[in-house]
Amino acid sequence: MNQFQFTRANTPLAAVSAVSKENGAYFLAGGTNLIDLVKREVIIPERLVDINRLPLATIEETTSGIRIGAMAKNSAVADHPLIKKYFPLLSMALNAGASAQLRNMATVGGNMMQRTRCPYFYDHSMPCNKRGPIQSGPSKGQPNGPSGCGAIGGVNRMHAIFGTSEKCIAVHPSDMCIALAALDARVNVTGPKGNRSIAFAEFHRLPGDAPQKDNTLLPGELILSVDVPKNELGKYSHYLKVRDRASYAFALVSVGVAADMKGKTIQDIRLAMGGVAHKPWRLAEAEGYLKGKEATLENFRQAATLAMQGAKGYGENDFKLTLAPNSIIEALQIATQTV
Amino acid sequence: MDNENNAGEPESTGASRRTFLKQSSALAAFALTPPAAVHSVEKGLDEKVAVAFEQQPLRVQINGVAQQLSVEPRVTLLDLLREQLNLNGTKKGCDHGQCGACTVHVDGQRVNSCLTLALTTEGCKVTTIEGMGSVEKLHPMQEAFIKHDGFQCGYCTPGQIMSAVACINEGHANSPDEVREYMSGNICRCGAYANIVEAIMEVKSKGGRI
Ligand SMILES: Cc1cc2nc3c(=O)[nH]c(=O)nc-3n(C[C@H](O)[C@H](O)[C@H](O)COP(=O)(O)OP(=O)(O)OC[C@H]3O[C@@H](n4cnc5c(N)ncnc54)[C@H](O)[C@@H]3O)c2cc1C
Ligand code: SF4
Ligand code: FES
Ligand code: FES
Repeated sequence: MNQFQFTRANTPLAAVSAVSKENGAYFLAGGTNLIDLVKREVIIPERLVDINRLPLATIEETTSGIRIGAMAKNSAVADHPLIKKYFPLLSMALNAGASAQLRNMATVGGNMMQRTRCPYFYDHSMPCNKRGPIQSGPSKGQPNGPSGCGAIGGVNRMHAIFGTSEKCIAVHPSDMCIALAALDARVNVTGPKGNRSIAFAEFHRLPGDAPQKDNTLLPGELILSVDVPKNELGKYSHYLKVRDRASYAFALVSVGVAADMKGKTIQDIRLAMGGVAHKPWRLAEAEGYLKGKEATLENFRQAATLAMQGAKGYGENDFKLTLAPNSIIEALQIATQTV
Repeated sequence: MDNENNAGEPESTGASRRTFLKQSSALAAFALTPPAAVHSVEKGLDEKVAVAFEQQPLRVQINGVAQQLSVEPRVTLLDLLREQLNLNGTKKGCDHGQCGACTVHVDGQRVNSCLTLALTTEGCKVTTIEGMGSVEKLHPMQEAFIKHDGFQCGYCTPGQIMSAVACINEGHANSPDEVREYMSGNICRCGAYANIVEAIMEVKSKGGRI
């Protein structure tokens, strides 16, 4: 690993000011993604600001829902009685990610900020638009490598089928974020310009012309917590993760479902997919279609067809055009207990 | 490796190294107030200052022994254990969080020491395989691994055992399937998996925390 400076922050304010003061300073949470990227020299930091001492690891009930601190560990959130009671989907999604060791290290904030697993992004001798701003040469310390997208026309089995651009077809690898997107979470952040709250749907972004930007955080902004509103969608939930082996692998396609049912009728429903886009992919058309309908295979098929509108394969990932709708149907069947 | 092994160091360089360590701990206060340190370097303080604030003090308890150390920010817990403290039981496999060979407990939680910066364990209690059992008195999980043939080459075994103990203590060893799921972060190249599951189920069946 290259040399860098190390600072411990004891308050959010101190963390924000330490990171804002210089280029190449990063918050260090669990380190499971950041240290990996530093070892691979995809990121060459000047300074890491350790935020593990910040008092941001609580999980508590508020008047409208549950507030989860950004420094809460993935394992602590997954096993928390409040989360299991109100948001089993979130619990399931977290437990489907990584390994027990990594979940003990990984934090909620870090999980939202993790970078793509696109192999070209990790290999700085290969072209990738995400590693650095397009058409800019290597800035100090940041190994941009050649620009372009290695995955388009290359090995792209894991890549996106929705919301891609000609600049990047990477997917966001998080499982947790699929559940948070489905559950209409909000993200509370603080930064050099003060506090603000961001709807989860607005947090991650599509690649467009700036694939190096994964999300809408401004420079120096620190995630403080995530608010998940309480609703009636808890009981009928399922997180289906389809992957190359039974455990400990990133999703090829994943589907999160949370429904409010009365008998066989779907009163309300939330659907989001992972492994298919640069951000957690909400299935709004399918949700709208299913509202008020019976939980039948016929209706699920129709919802899946609606969800797949606009999907586009890039060769090796064409199989996702079939896998995704099948996964939606299966997840709906399991969640509504109509298998 | 960047970290020299203290034990194997020739006498001649020992003195300069000791001086260096002394300097670096005196300068540790600088390192903790980075703007001041950076400022002093900018002001043209000699190069020794710049070199010295690469190391920072670390107080950590390892296998019950309090340690006062001085480490570079880039040193991982895994490298600290193996290179600086000669605790070679913890193994380096992938070095990227993918194999579990480096699993240790930090404050009772199993983690991958290869992705843990040593400096983030300030004030923590670290337990490695050396803290589990001794040759004279093996830990029940070590005994069970031997009894059930839970290893061939043994390279992954320390990490497997650290994970296996945690798996039971976390309450995730209620069935062979659950054990498989919660041990999936530990890869065994020799394929001893079936016997590892048996070993864990047996220790679990004897009940209680271990
Ligand atoms: C082998 C392996 C397998 C994995 N499998 C999966 C999987 O199946 N599913 C899955 O979802 N994930 C998986 N992961 C990814 C893992 O979940 C993430 O690495 C982890 O969630 C990141 O959290 P962290 O706290 O370790 O973040 P860090 O590595 O500490 O930080 C990651 C990034 O987030 C930034 N950051 C951290 N906290 C904040 C904050 N509060 N505010 C602003 N920025 C912040 C950091 O600056 C850094 O840029 C896997 C990882 C590995 C190594
Ligand atoms: S898909 Fe995105 S991350 Fe992967 S090579 Fe192309 S630009 Fe880089
Ligand atoms: S060496 Fe740490 S997980 Fe492989
Ligand atoms: S016993 Fe050889 S790697 Fe597991």
